Amino acid sequence: MTLTHFSAVLLFSLFTSIVFGITQRSEPKMMVRFGAFCFVLFVGGTIAASWVMWAIKH
Amino acid sequence: MSTTTQAATKPAKTRASAVSPAVALFAGWFVPGLGHLLLKKPVRAALLFVSIAAMFAIGIALEGKVYTPATGDPLDILGFAADLGSGSLYILTRMLDLGHSSVQIAIADYGTKFVVVAGLLNVVAAVDAHSLASGRKLS
Repeated sequence: MTLTHFSAVLLFSLFTSIVFGITQRSEPKMMVRFGAFCFVLFVGGTIAASWVMWAIKH
Repeated sequence: MSTTTQAATKPAKTRASAVSPAVALFAGWFVPGLGHLLLKKPVRAALLFVSIAAMFAIGIALEGKVYTPATGDPLDILGFAADLGSGSLYILTRMLDLGHSSVQIAIADYGTKFVVVAGLLNVVAAVDAHSLASGRKLS
């Protein structure tokens, strides 16, 4: 099995966010919101860090 | 009047479940989501099982390293503790001799992290089941 870096990020973020959403909030609506928030932070943070690394290299 | 207002704003009292917190903790550790299933939360249980098992399986499919306790390296012991968090998934992997003892290809490093994080997330889920059973978490 092979994954691109980005698909690995998406899968990691998805599964981790689901578990965080369920375990860190009590109400179903807040679980979905917190899970989505975590997913956006994971993916957004990775993309931002990638650009920072690119900027340092260039 | 003020008594009525205070009663209305008072937080709901915590209510412990019929399932023992220790049983929920152990069941949740042994099989991802089983603690929540025992607490009659099947949707959460299914989501937890799919997420943790898929993450573990992807890690194995990416030829990730499966840590063992007897290598003598302290960092490997930490990795072993995290992997062991997956409960039966880790035990099954060791019994079937799946996974690798070292990282051999670049993508396998991702696989190693997937397996480790699956174990850590399962511990978080098991502790959540314990909190639900003990009444520390309301719902």
